[in-house]
Amino acid sequence: MTEAQAPHLEEVEVTPWREYFSFSTDHKVIGIQYLVTSFVFYLIGGLLAELVRTELATPASDFVQRETYNELFTMHATIMIFLWIIPTLTGGFGNFLVPLMIGARDMAFPKLNAIAFWIIPPTSILLLCSFFVGPAAAGWTSYPPLSLMTNKAGEAIWILGVILLGTSSIMAGLNFLVTILKMRIPSMTLNDMPLFCWAMLATSALQLVATPVLSGAMVLLGFDLLVGTNFFNPAGGGDPIVYQHMFWFYSHPAVYIMILPAFGLISEILPVHARKPIFGYQAIAYSSIAISFLGLIVWAHHMFTSGTPDWLRMFFMIATMVIAVPTGIKVFSWVATVWGGKLNLCSAMLFGMAFVSMFVVGGLSGVMVASVPFDIHVHDTYFVVAHLHYVLFGGSVFGIYAGLYHWFPKMTGRMLNEFWGKVHFAMTFVGFNICFLPMHVLGLQGMNRRIAEYDPKFAALNVVCTIGSYILATSTIPFVVNAVWSWLAGPRANSNPWKGLTLEWTVPSPPPVENFEEDPVLAIGPYDYGTPKALDFVAATLAPAPALAADSLE
Amino acid sequence: MQGSTADQNQADIAYAATVETAEHHSEHPDLRLFGFIVFLVSESMLFLGLFVAYFAFRVVTPEWPPEGTEELELMLPGINTIILISSSFVIHKADTAIKQSGDVKAARLWFAITIAMGATFLAGQVYEYNHLGFGLTTNLFASTFYLLTGFHGLHVFVGLLLMSTVLWRSRVPGHYSETSHFGIEATEVYWHFVDVIWIVLFLILYLL
Ligand code: HEM
Ligand SMILES: [Cu+2]
Repeated sequence: MTEAQAPHLEEVEVTPWREYFSFSTDHKVIGIQYLVTSFVFYLIGGLLAELVRTELATPASDFVQRETYNELFTMHATIMIFLWIIPTLTGGFGNFLVPLMIGARDMAFPKLNAIAFWIIPPTSILLLCSFFVGPAAAGWTSYPPLSLMTNKAGEAIWILGVILLGTSSIMAGLNFLVTILKMRIPSMTLNDMPLFCWAMLATSALQLVATPVLSGAMVLLGFDLLVGTNFFNPAGGGDPIVYQHMFWFYSHPAVYIMILPAFGLISEILPVHARKPIFGYQAIAYSSIAISFLGLIVWAHHMFTSGTPDWLRMFFMIATMVIAVPTGIKVFSWVATVWGGKLNLCSAMLFGMAFVSMFVVGGLSGVMVASVPFDIHVHDTYFVVAHLHYVLFGGSVFGIYAGLYHWFPKMTGRMLNEFWGKVHFAMTFVGFNICFLPMHVLGLQGMNRRIAEYDPKFAALNVVCTIGSYILATSTIPFVVNAVWSWLAGPRANSNPWKGLTLEWTVPSPPPVENFEEDPVLAIGPYDYGTPKALDFVAATLAPAPALAADSLE
Repeated sequence: MQGSTADQNQADIAYAATVETAEHHSEHPDLRLFGFIVFLVSESMLFLGLFVAYFAFRVVTPEWPPEGTEELELMLPGINTIILISSSFVIHKADTAIKQSGDVKAARLWFAITIAMGATFLAGQVYEYNHLGFGLTTNLFASTFYLLTGFHGLHVFVGLLLMSTVLWRSRVPGHYSETSHFGIEATEVYWHFVDVIWIVLFLILYLL
């Protein structure tokens, strides 16, 4: 893509570490700020999950009170969704990668970008502070009238937090949309764009269109809670179902906001480590757009048991199942990409392939719950909890880990330790399945979700789940230690350790402040692996690791 | 002959100057306006969500407005609507003035008039609020009424802030010119947006 850029490598100007604690407008700094803060919240959300699981290890509510249990799972879900998955995938990876991949020096609106990030830390602290007054306890869906009756102060903080985080998300989406459409180097058409950028385009559109409706719902809910209006309160003539419609009009697309960027990451990672061209570039690109469009019209499949009339349920059921088509196209393209390739089974690739298989499990149970009769049977049982964790954990989180292993060298200029990476992978994969696979069975047997006490006949499988969750939690330790240690003292990474063909690999690791000295020129498509051209390209980008003088830590 | 060469030189220099400035600003020519319009798309979704919610509430309520709720007067909001719609034409004058002749003075005048009209609209709305026979929590009808008009009023208020900012900035000579006037253009687009929302609101709240 670019001509060789080796010469200026020795004196790369690296971002000083203080920048990472400041109001920087550099998209790379902001990307890493997002990644690190969100990871902290992943740990907090994970801790809450362990408390939830510890309570569920026995049928009685002997570890925490019922009320506390409700608070724990509500805050667990809220943190995981609004402070971990969404900010990491869009804000973190999107910010770091999109401008580099399209040859831009920065995002379209760098200041807006920084503001979008800096809304998050104070808001997250606010949300955590709600533990002092009793946090929201009506689930992350916050359905009225229940949410109007429990923990009022916590609920108010929750509403404010969701509005603020939504605003941040809209700002980020706007920035990505404009950046991707308008800031590409002149020689890059939309069809030359790396697939991650396509995924971010589809995601941003969703953020822009769906999030405002959630903000509207939150405003109405806030008025009900604090001012005494009765929009959603049946006692005063209001209609709680309207809340559900507004909420799911956002939150169903939100699941695509949480998975599309991960799809994008996987589409980058698999071809590099399989050394094969991606199978069906356009199919993958356009299916992202199709998914985000369809995603906007299927929200009421979450409301099959809310008194939705039959003909509407039929419509939403069919529309939902149609989404399986573009999703299936993606999965088959990934499998075809890996098929017969010369696989490099590094940690990034292991997580990438685990992503595909675990996501398939979650996707299949998704098609199952999309069918009305089945959903009526398993609604609000652990089957749903199993489904959503296969998608969000086996999908999004595995995708994030794959991305972290893949781009860590680019972001930090250091290599991660592969041995500990594989240990991390093995523990995560095993722990994850031990924890969540049995939940399918529990759900089919009728164990309700969101309960602290349950029938002793479910006890055995719950112990298994809890043990799995401990393995899962422990698996984070090798990762954190590995990441911190490697960042400080790992071996230096050259500019293109995986021999990738996208533009970010043509600049030194970590990339210089300016990204590109001149607009790069495309010399090769992003996925033309295995061609002679690719060899030349990689040879040209394979500059030695920058000299130690450029170390950001000195 | 002498004279005409000099003119030619003059013209060349002037041309070079425009190219220079054009290049300077053309780093990403329509980026900000494009971004702003995308922002308004997102704002429209907020209002669309609230409108749809309004109809949903209306459908579930047996009688709309519920019995005993005071009827909405049409006179004052009607005048207000006329004022707001005309102000959209006034602000367009500002935009034309700056685009066609770089006339900052005229633009300032048109902006000032728009601000006055917007302020009148808000004052009218406050007056109406004070004379209505129902409050925010009286019933579902009243709540939706206050919420929708209040939300719109908030947007009018933000519009006034935007226009005041433009006025304040335009006191510096050369801040806005024929070629560089994003602030003015964006404010105009925003004001039209606020206007369109009001028309929809007026239709569904007062007339339907
Ligand atoms: C260590 C890993 C995790 C464990 C052990 C875990 C465990 C649980 C459990 C047991 C529940 C059900 C609470 C109940 O119904 O009473 C739950 C709910 C939930 N979890 Fe996780 N979780 C983990 C990671 C995640 C991640 C990464 C996400 C990503 C977004 C996530 C999102 C959610 C959501 C949205 C709910 C809400 C379900 C509801 O409202 O009923 N979890 N989690
Ligand atoms: Cu859904």
